[in-house]
Amino acid sequence: MKKNNGKSKGLPIGARRAIAYAVLVLMSFLCLVWFYILFINATRSKGELTRGFTVIPSTHLLENLSNGVFHGTLPFVRGMLNSLFIAFGSAALCTYFSCMTAYAIHVYDFKLKKFMSTFILAVMMIPTQVTALGFLQLVGKMKLEDNFIPLIVPAIAAPVTYFYMKQYMESTLPLSLVEAARIDGAGEFYTFNTIVLPLMKPAIAVQAIFTFVTSWNNYFTPALILHKDKMKTLPILIAQLRSADFLKFNMGHVYAAIAFSIFPVILVYLFLSRYIVGGTTLGGVKG
Amino acid sequence: MKNRKSKAVSYNKWGYIFLIPFVAVYGIFQLVPLVSTIYNSFFENYRSGLIQIGPNFVGFKNYLTLFRNGDLLFYTRNTLIMWILGFVPQILVSLLLGAWFSDPSLRLKFDRFFKTVIYLPNLIMASAFSMLFFTLFSDKGPINSILISLGIISVPFKFMSHVWSVRGLVAFMNFIMWFGNTTILLMAGMMGIDPSLYEAAQVDGATATQIFYRITLPLLRPILLYVMITSMIGGLQMFDVPQILTNGTGDPVRKSMTLIMYLNKHLWSKNYGLGGALSVMLFIVTGILSLIVFRINTRTAEGGRHRDRT
Amino acid sequence: MKKRTLAMLLGAMMAASMLAGCGGGSSAPAAPAAEEETGEAAEEAAEPAAEGEEGKVLNIYCWNDEFQRRLRDHYPGYEEVDATHGKIGDVEVVWNITPSDDNAYQNNLDETLLKQADAPQDEKIDLFLIEADYALKYVGTDYTMPVADFGITDEDLANQYKYTQDVVTDGNGVLKGVSWQGCPGVMVYSREVAKEVFGTDEPDAIQEKFADWDAFVASAAELKAAGYQVVSSVNDTYRVYSNNVTSPWVVDGKINLDENIKKWVDDSKALVDAGYAGTHDLWSDDWSAGFYPEGKVFAYFGPAWLIDFCMAADTEGSIANAGGYAATVGPQSFNWGGTWICGAAGTDNVTLVGDIMRQMTCNEQIMTDIVKDDNDFVNNKPAMEAMAADESYGDAVLGGQNALGMFCEGADKISMDYISIYDQGCTEEFQNAMKGYFEGQIPFEKAYEDFCKAVVVKYPELTY
Repeated sequence: MKKNNGKSKGLPIGARRAIAYAVLVLMSFLCLVWFYILFINATRSKGELTRGFTVIPSTHLLENLSNGVFHGTLPFVRGMLNSLFIAFGSAALCTYFSCMTAYAIHVYDFKLKKFMSTFILAVMMIPTQVTALGFLQLVGKMKLEDNFIPLIVPAIAAPVTYFYMKQYMESTLPLSLVEAARIDGAGEFYTFNTIVLPLMKPAIAVQAIFTFVTSWNNYFTPALILHKDKMKTLPILIAQLRSADFLKFNMGHVYAAIAFSIFPVILVYLFLSRYIVGGTTLGGVKG
Repeated sequence: MKNRKSKAVSYNKWGYIFLIPFVAVYGIFQLVPLVSTIYNSFFENYRSGLIQIGPNFVGFKNYLTLFRNGDLLFYTRNTLIMWILGFVPQILVSLLLGAWFSDPSLRLKFDRFFKTVIYLPNLIMASAFSMLFFTLFSDKGPINSILISLGIISVPFKFMSHVWSVRGLVAFMNFIMWFGNTTILLMAGMMGIDPSLYEAAQVDGATATQIFYRITLPLLRPILLYVMITSMIGGLQMFDVPQILTNGTGDPVRKSMTLIMYLNKHLWSKNYGLGGALSVMLFIVTGILSLIVFRINTRTAEGGRHRDRT
Repeated sequence: MKKRTLAMLLGAMMAASMLAGCGGGSSAPAAPAAEEETGEAAEEAAEPAAEGEEGKVLNIYCWNDEFQRRLRDHYPGYEEVDATHGKIGDVEVVWNITPSDDNAYQNNLDETLLKQADAPQDEKIDLFLIEADYALKYVGTDYTMPVADFGITDEDLANQYKYTQDVVTDGNGVLKGVSWQGCPGVMVYSREVAKEVFGTDEPDAIQEKFADWDAFVASAAELKAAGYQVVSSVNDTYRVYSNNVTSPWVVDGKINLDENIKKWVDDSKALVDAGYAGTHDLWSDDWSAGFYPEGKVFAYFGPAWLIDFCMAADTEGSIANAGGYAATVGPQSFNWGGTWICGAAGTDNVTLVGDIMRQMTCNEQIMTDIVKDDNDFVNNKPAMEAMAADESYGDAVLGGQNALGMFCEGADKISMDYISIYDQGCTEEFQNAMKGYFEGQIPFEKAYEDFCKAVVVKYPELTY
């Protein structure tokens, strides 16, 4: 629009653009090269892998997939379904209820509000590993071992996601909007679901991706809780494949399994990322 | 900024109602385990072979053991160093990319592609990523072969035997894995900024730099605070990457051993007592550091506002 | 330590060690706590089921499929069903295989053993395997049953190497386990390199060049001049020293550094400083690179299982694959590893477990078959001596050399008098801690202090 903008600055627009492209290309390379290496390694046999590295794919991809993933001793397909179920469940519960919690703190004024917001911020700082042992004991007592509930339901109380939602609301959700809805006679629950949630779409998409990916790649908690082969998630199965005995150990299988497990999460990411990279701003909110 | 206190009396009970799911789930699945962890930290409670020792109440003995041993500070330092090494480039690159992506005068092409690509490394499991790096940077690995064939070095560089190369690799991995995440957070925050503000600024003849510093950055403050705090918490919990890169040893000479790796060592003997005490210490350290970040942030926020007014 | 998996790749895969035996990596672990109280649970662990009505499920806990293959190939009447199930008569054999990595195997085993008394009969452990480094941890408890209770007599055991029994004898002199294998170690070296550097690959001639540690260092210098490392890592020689100690790792609750271990440190430091050997962790890629000619490594130290199962014999291009190794005794005889079979207290398959023990560790015919088919070194003196004298037997990996005589000689010399329940943790932490000293980053005193601290974390009851 304004060509003369460039003059007042040190660098002309063309040079700035060139620098931007150079940096972006470099960063993209640093982001993508790992996928390439994983893919190449997934196509190579055990012997080839022990003898260095190549840039050209080899011919053992199907063999690795077949022996390591589909017809190995570990139920990878079942593992993928388990992972999908848990990751989708966590992402949905986590984003919805975190929005709700943030909304409660952001919009309403009640006695314990100050306490609650401080409390949630404080507990956010507790590392998950800190409570893992207590968590495990609890799950044992509740007889929820080999059950997906302890992996999905706790996502409802996610201080980190709540914190993000609240920060986001602070910058985008004016209280006047809520008040306007009330004047129109909308119920609180209705307002939250039909007016607030749509406004939060970009934030929800962001956190849904993060939660999904975290859950998808989570090894720590599932490994504590899931023992039956049928219930296991992909990271546990990959860990098992990787800890195969020195004699039977085949890195090619491991790479194939990793490639196999990355695939769905990429699809989910590409789908959800439309909401983030789309570049459209929020309608409706005018400060 | 603050709520309007007058009206909403009758609505305020909804605040409690909307909090029910969080409070209920948190109470059951996290508070109970947390309390039992703290409780455990006052007991001698471990396993020697197959024989359970304790639990015997020992007061603050576990904490004393931790302090007397002196390693706690050392591991905290390691953890913070590796976090900062990764976080500084991460936040700088993220801000830069965020500024470029949101700068209308730059009119970048393929921005959708770039925006999509930067988050991809986060999709790889940290352990898998770490494993890959281990292979790439091993003494006889491909990076050394490349460096030798290019004539940069003549004997393989032992990446895993030098403190700063190991810490650097850990930081680099964290940077690559997380800068996309941060950029996305910042972009989402930037999208929330009313576009009319940018338009108005452009009409007034503001430069891209001015727009960034005067509009984007201040409005982004809540999200920036979020990024810093969560990244710091994540950094203090750093585990997978150094654990797998160093095979759990934190080598060389334990200088890449993080707090959680140390905690993990105590679980070898099912030492819930000492492990619990360590967990509580970790919690306290995180809390203090988070408070500091909060303080700095609110202070600069106030300072900024003053400057704007004058 | 034996046959550990590629430790470094898995590393301590995330917090697997946190799994407190919940089977981080186990394939089909046992009863979840949830089912504990159901059923006719509360039978005493130590009380085997009544004679005559034995259980229909045999639960075996182990860390790899070695014993599974032995049983499949050599136990009469064993039928394989799938990767984790088999059948012996009408008894279903269930294999619970948890890799050793990051202690996952022991974590899983421990948790299950501790719940053994309350577990339903078909979910109790009947038989489990242990290694020398931590054998005493199980042998000294009531979770293992005396082998005599399985009907194994002294007569049955007469042909076994004595040290294999010392390892699994508890404080009261009661034998708690049996092994089918002996693990005397030898030095295996590349014939190609030997010819190039020393002009011969004859074991006797090479033995002279490596007869003691001084000769070892002198020969290492010759190898270095020709561009080879004498061993891949100083950790390769660790077992040779640690198996010839004169005191245990722990004396009266205090960590103790044996003179011979200290000698390993000093000798290794000299090797590293002179560039004769690296400091790689065992089982790492850099360590195993020497299995191939491009790795430029002259020798490895190890028992039969290392040579035949771990040195990439099935991978094209490796030295072992081409039969390019030869074996010689080396500077000192030593033992490394070994697997023992224990019967778990509370088993309802006493007769079957007893028969497996007898057939797999006492039956001379089966033992001989194992040597022939699998090149393992078995725990049966007459069988081994006969095979050692058998001109027709040769190990393909060793280019057809019959090295059994060497192994037999070593087996007679092995002493396991100084093992303790702390060996596993001490060994691991010691090698870790010394790495920094070898590489010149810290003085020995600091490395030793780090080691002591790390050991106390693993065994809180110890002091230093």
